[in-house]
Amino acid sequence: MSNQSSGQVSSAQKKQAMKNMVSKYGSLAALFLMIVVMTAIKPRFINPTNLRNILRLASINGLLAIGMTFVCLTGGIDLSVGAVMGCAGMYSAYFAQEVMNLPWFVGVAVGLAMGLAIGLFNGICVAYLKVPAFVGTLGSMSIAKGLTFILTNAKPIPKLSASFKYLGGGMIGGFLPIPIIIFGVILFICFLLLYNTRYGRYVFAVGGNQKAARVSGINVKIVTASVYLLSGFLAALAGIIMTARVTSGVTSTGDGYETDAIAMVVIGGTSLAGGKGRLWGTIVGILLMVCLSNGLDMLGVNAYIQMIVKGFVVIAAVMLDGLSSD
Amino acid sequence: MSLLEMKGIQKSFYGNQVLRDVDFTLEAGTVHALMGENGAGKSTLMNILDGIHKRDGGTIRIDGQEVEINSPSEAQEKGIAMIHQELTTIPEMSVAENIYLGREPVKRGFIDYKKMYQDTSELLKMLNIELNPRIKMGKLRVADQQLVEIAKAVSQNARIVVMDEPTSSITDREVENLFGIIRDLKLRGTGIIYISHKMDEVYTITDEITVLRDGESINTWKTAEVTNDMVIKAMVGRELKEQFPKIEVPIGEKLLELKNLTIQGQFENISFDVHAGEILGLVGLVGAGRTETMQALFGITKPESGEIFLKGKPVTFSKPADAIAAKIAYVTEDRKGEGLVLPMSIAHNITLPSLRELSSKIFIRKGEEKDAVQKEMTGLKVKAASVKLPVKMLSGGNQQKVVLAKWMLKEPDIIIFDEPTRGIDVGAKAEIYKLMGEFVSQGKAIIMISSEMPEAMGMSDRIIVLSNHQMGGELRREEFSQKAIMAMAMSHM
Repeated sequence: MSNQSSGQVSSAQKKQAMKNMVSKYGSLAALFLMIVVMTAIKPRFINPTNLRNILRLASINGLLAIGMTFVCLTGGIDLSVGAVMGCAGMYSAYFAQEVMNLPWFVGVAVGLAMGLAIGLFNGICVAYLKVPAFVGTLGSMSIAKGLTFILTNAKPIPKLSASFKYLGGGMIGGFLPIPIIIFGVILFICFLLLYNTRYGRYVFAVGGNQKAARVSGINVKIVTASVYLLSGFLAALAGIIMTARVTSGVTSTGDGYETDAIAMVVIGGTSLAGGKGRLWGTIVGILLMVCLSNGLDMLGVNAYIQMIVKGFVVIAAVMLDGLSSD
Repeated sequence: MSLLEMKGIQKSFYGNQVLRDVDFTLEAGTVHALMGENGAGKSTLMNILDGIHKRDGGTIRIDGQEVEINSPSEAQEKGIAMIHQELTTIPEMSVAENIYLGREPVKRGFIDYKKMYQDTSELLKMLNIELNPRIKMGKLRVADQQLVEIAKAVSQNARIVVMDEPTSSITDREVENLFGIIRDLKLRGTGIIYISHKMDEVYTITDEITVLRDGESINTWKTAEVTNDMVIKAMVGRELKEQFPKIEVPIGEKLLELKNLTIQGQFENISFDVHAGEILGLVGLVGAGRTETMQALFGITKPESGEIFLKGKPVTFSKPADAIAAKIAYVTEDRKGEGLVLPMSIAHNITLPSLRELSSKIFIRKGEEKDAVQKEMTGLKVKAASVKLPVKMLSGGNQQKVVLAKWMLKEPDIIIFDEPTRGIDVGAKAEIYKLMGEFVSQGKAIIMISSEMPEAMGMSDRIIVLSNHQMGGELRREEFSQKAIMAMAMSHM
């Protein structure tokens, strides 16, 4: 009897340990597997130029996903990030036109200011006016889109100054693209922010239990509002870099990027219910999504089919997480 | 043949064996108390019966037939109904809709509301429950919601009804009502498993008692043949010397004073003071305004009028952070709702209000944080495999200790305890009482809301009684008696 029971215990233990592993490292394993398989099919997948491309793509998407992680940790969501990208991109492009002859940082500052303004608006809506995040940011998505179109009546803005374009296309040492450096710096700061400061702890607490956070003396409203501000700022930064990279302001910049960002966060194991998640998981989510589209491109899979594949991947990732945390 | 027989039940979580060879037998037409400290395995055993958890070993027999229960709906089919401590009703639906949820009477493809309301009326009448079947569940008091859940169980022809601490948030009169219905169910041959920490209730209503300790079934007795001490000894594994270890502490200067604090309809003209070294009991019937008064004091709500003085100086707390800064702490009644961030780790819960002190200008000093957590964990004897575990994995008693640890670390001068030992086992209770004594002996003060008369009288130096939102009176320790307190509690009714 005792022998049999200890056998059962250890098998149950193994099962549970297995589930924890799947939940924690499932996405990482999937990423690794994908890299191996892609390399086997197309060896040039891991040559340095392609890896650099992947990272460059990841750096723009990734900025949104980092901001989204903070928002989701508080139990919110920010649907406006794609539109903010476009908006910040257009306004920065407007002030970075060659004919204006302004220094590069003017365009950047204007773009970032747009992002901060919309983020602040989101934060006030959600934290102070008690509008549900889904609705509030859906509204500001439309507002941001409108602001984008109004500027030039939806016409693109070509001919940007060289110094501005350098932000997207420039490389340090002839090899390391500037967007990747910016992303790396932001990522590092956000890691410190989330895991080594009071503020980060408060983000988790507010998402985990607002009432308990308040009773513990945390200013829940400010913390809630702040994550939208951060998200808006990072979305704007992504929009500016993207615009500099494609060398003209286009109104469609960032279209649909919000869904990708949410997918990356969710694949990374962050709960949309708030209070639970991890930033490194988001990094895995970012790389997984970007490698997937790069790989499918390389295999010549048509873009529409790629959308279908991506949809299934997101659902599968969350399903696995749900099964394993059961 | 027994109605229900669970034999050799085993279960582990994350490698922790929480049930080892547990036996439990329920006879038809009886009420069987299931007792034990938090974490003893009562909930796990019941969740296995309800098909929520899968057992690792053992057998379950109903009427002698071996059964497999893989989900709550299978449990329901087999005549098992659970009435959880946290009720599982849908507030926006009517009483009748809740009772017939998932098995609504249907006529030509549509819900037959007429029949549903009629059947519900009859059902409630049969059970002597006076409720309107059309009223929304959310409008009912907790006690009434509980009765609806019982009615639901009856309507499903449940033969085994599990009640998990059914009286934890209802008044004495409502308890009487509930017991009437339980006796009724017994007569119908229903077997009832009654989980409770309250000895007097267990003696009043149950026929048998089974005690679990550390995942093992320790003993089963006929209720009539066992003494209070025997049960407690079985639960704790040792004899508890004193139930209320009251330490004599000299009473010092006045620390806090409330003058005519008021929010109309919640509490009106509440005045009292608290001195250093004192445990002040705040008692009254459920709904008398005790918690509301404390919430206003702590800055969770804003008083409409009245003043608060801290060491003689007038203060206003517009948010909890202000009260915390003034060295007041609030151990809330609802530890899951307001006390803890459940998905967060034990360590991070403990340091949450103290992060400012544990941080340099920008960063949290992690080494210092770790030491602080360790100190409180040892001081309060919190039992946990690791401080990195999410706090929701702990048992109720240990969760409550984490809430205490969190405030102790803040080194407050005054702690407000709102029902400090609700739903906590006797062992943890004794430790918390001891801690309260140690706290006030450092010249600090405690305001303790308690609905447990023995606790209030055992621990307090002075008792303030609220009655129907108003001051009911004040009693010094030598004047304490249940009768005097009740008279004051009823004085404004």
